Amino acid sequence: MNTDEPKKISRREALKWVGAAMTAFPLLQGAGFAAGTARLKRTLSDPDLLHPGKLWDRVLTKEELRAVTALCDVIIPADEKSPSASKVGVPDFIDEWVSAPYPEQEADRKRIQEGLAWLNTEAQNRFQKIFAGLTEEEKVKICDDISYVPKAKPEFMQVAWFFARVRDLTASGFYTTKEGMKDLQYIGNVPLFAFDGPPKKVLEYLKLA
Amino acid sequence: MENSYLTCFKGSDSNIPVPLITSSKTKENYDVIVVGSGAGGSMAAYVLAMAGVKVLMLEAGRNYDPIKETAMFQIPADAPLRGAATPDKPFGFFDATVDGGWRVPGEPYTTAPGTEFGWWRARMLGGRTNHWGRIALRMGPYDFKPQARDGLGIDWPINYEDMAPYYDRTEALIGVFGSNEGLENTPNSSPDILQPPPKPRGYELLTKKHCEKLGIPVIPSHLAILTRPLNGRSACFYATDCGRGCSIKANFQSTTVLLPPAIETGNLDIVTDAMVREVTVDEAGKATGVSYIDRETGEDRHFSAKAVVLAASGCESARILLNSKSNLFPNGLANRSGKVGRYLMDTVGAGIGAQIPALENVPPHNEDGASEMHMYMPWWGYKDQAAGKLDFPRGYHIEFGGGRRMPEAGQFNGLEHFTGGSYGRKFKEDARRYYGSFLYFSGRGEMIPNDDCFCEIDPDVKDKWGIPVLRFHWKWSNHETRQAAHMIKSFVQIVEAMGGTALWPEFDGAKAIQPGGKIIHEVGTTCMGAKREKSVLNQYCQAWDVKNLFVTDGGPFPSNADKNPTLTILALAMRSSEYLVDQLKKGNI
Repeated sequence: MNTDEPKKISRREALKWVGAAMTAFPLLQGAGFAAGTARLKRTLSDPDLLHPGKLWDRVLTKEELRAVTALCDVIIPADEKSPSASKVGVPDFIDEWVSAPYPEQEADRKRIQEGLAWLNTEAQNRFQKIFAGLTEEEKVKICDDISYVPKAKPEFMQVAWFFARVRDLTASGFYTTKEGMKDLQYIGNVPLFAFDGPPKKVLEYLKLA
Repeated sequence: MENSYLTCFKGSDSNIPVPLITSSKTKENYDVIVVGSGAGGSMAAYVLAMAGVKVLMLEAGRNYDPIKETAMFQIPADAPLRGAATPDKPFGFFDATVDGGWRVPGEPYTTAPGTEFGWWRARMLGGRTNHWGRIALRMGPYDFKPQARDGLGIDWPINYEDMAPYYDRTEALIGVFGSNEGLENTPNSSPDILQPPPKPRGYELLTKKHCEKLGIPVIPSHLAILTRPLNGRSACFYATDCGRGCSIKANFQSTTVLLPPAIETGNLDIVTDAMVREVTVDEAGKATGVSYIDRETGEDRHFSAKAVVLAASGCESARILLNSKSNLFPNGLANRSGKVGRYLMDTVGAGIGAQIPALENVPPHNEDGASEMHMYMPWWGYKDQAAGKLDFPRGYHIEFGGGRRMPEAGQFNGLEHFTGGSYGRKFKEDARRYYGSFLYFSGRGEMIPNDDCFCEIDPDVKDKWGIPVLRFHWKWSNHETRQAAHMIKSFVQIVEAMGGTALWPEFDGAKAIQPGGKIIHEVGTTCMGAKREKSVLNQYCQAWDVKNLFVTDGGPFPSNADKNPTLTILALAMRSSEYLVDQLKKGNI
């Protein structure tokens, strides 16, 4: 029978496999070796991959976080398929990003903090409110001016680069979560008994059938 | 972390044996000391230990257990920065490499003025086998005799027929999938050696269809990943990225494949955190052992053995030799030819991204597969080259990927170039449409050794252990930059044949080519050869000047074919180590 869905291995089965791998060389233990000292001085180049925890302090202020939260929800709002960016932790991810001790992230920190300040100033000038306090229509009026570098007016050019960066980061933060992956209909990362290649409907879609 | 199947073992008193001992528990005498635990070192230790030789392996990095430490099912949201690459984790947070990368804290290297070169190291048990691309291609008959064919570079002192049995045995031992296509200079394996390749993914089939019109073959890749169980190791379950390592042992890592059975013989002891700085010699010029620094205590220590095998990685082994100066060897050990550090090579690399409209809105399906590429394009230009139609010698193969893989940080960077700067609900619709429609194409080509590419000891700089560091010199020649330009032209042809858009192709080969060391295939610093005046090692990777000293990493390569070097490092280490066993048995060493 030809089905489109590959056979999944149950979680229980996958665990059994891992367990089998773990005991594949039981003799090693009895060979008279002393266990090595468990020296694990955790560093940024040797972090705990399974339990990373928080590796550095966050730098954004409450005001900046309010603005970035509002902005990333303008970029990725909730719709019928998935929640908004802030619902899956994107503001904290952006805070983590701009706080990281690396050159790329340090450059983003400056650009993003300046951009967030600009957003609030612009919101005050146009609507006498902070950016996070604007209605959706008001936010869109500002964002339309800065949402595309090639078409931004000269006075908005610099802040258009800021918007582009925050859009990239918001997408990074959103689509790497379970909710974001579900939105894109990424359905991998599950153990399979076999890899059967693309199902028939995909071959037909690609005109390969 | 609920996404991890492995965390249920967290905190339990694991029954995983720790395959190492501390230096206080070592024996008085060993037959052979092996320096390094990556591909070359682990194969040497395996062959020697299986033959009953008493082996001590020294690894500069820490002990590392892929079964306990591999992040198998974690998603980027479980990692700092959504798993993005940083200078500390250059292949992303979950990449297996720890204490490694193009920079290692406290262990600098220098570059000569005008040189752009990066030296990748992995300070951990298993070395670079923990994260490597698993691409396991044989060198072909032409590749061993390049100078005889076009007058450039250096021939190997052995030919393909010498190596074929070792390729067979290495593939059968570590597990390699692939197919025998009988293409020029792309050797078949013997019957029943290769495991069956997995089925191609949709975008791979689509690419194949369009490449065929261009005369570019697209065939199953050869990867060191099991599709059938082997020696107690599970077959791939077609999930999670091989670069993270593999806790079910489905891919080749020395720590899951070669070291466990070697330890099981009782003939192999391993000391980690042992930073070897020098090979010691006696008055007759024979190696007596190695001096190393215990990274735990900072103490300088010494082990003795009848023979020494260096497999610390091409450049690191050269560094150890150049730092091993004595009255008998004032220019460094085994360096009477002056060739130690010379003929440093990397792989020619250039690539592009592409957007393929035919791959938009593909019906959702799982195309994770065996993590890496299921198909690739071997070099196809032999006839054009023979006809004088190409302006560069040698060739390259193409690696490609993309599609509906697990979304990662940076997944949609720059999407505004396709969407006109959408945001809001429209952005979400655009992301759904474009997800899966991006591919990348990377060329991996042969560099010809030249006099401008080498490493030497920096006279002024030492690392934190007080060991003099390497200084690199690097310059691509026209051979490589023209090849890189040809790569980009080929990729654009392929993408256009598919009806797609090549993303910012750079047609100037000198700009398109990746800097030296970027592809992490550095080989050639202790080259083997037929004549002792012109090479460091003989055909058994035995030093001409010191008969109980061997080098079994990438250093012995006199040329660097487009085929990724790891399989050849393994097969060559097997051949050399069997010779060493034979010599020990005969009492010649």
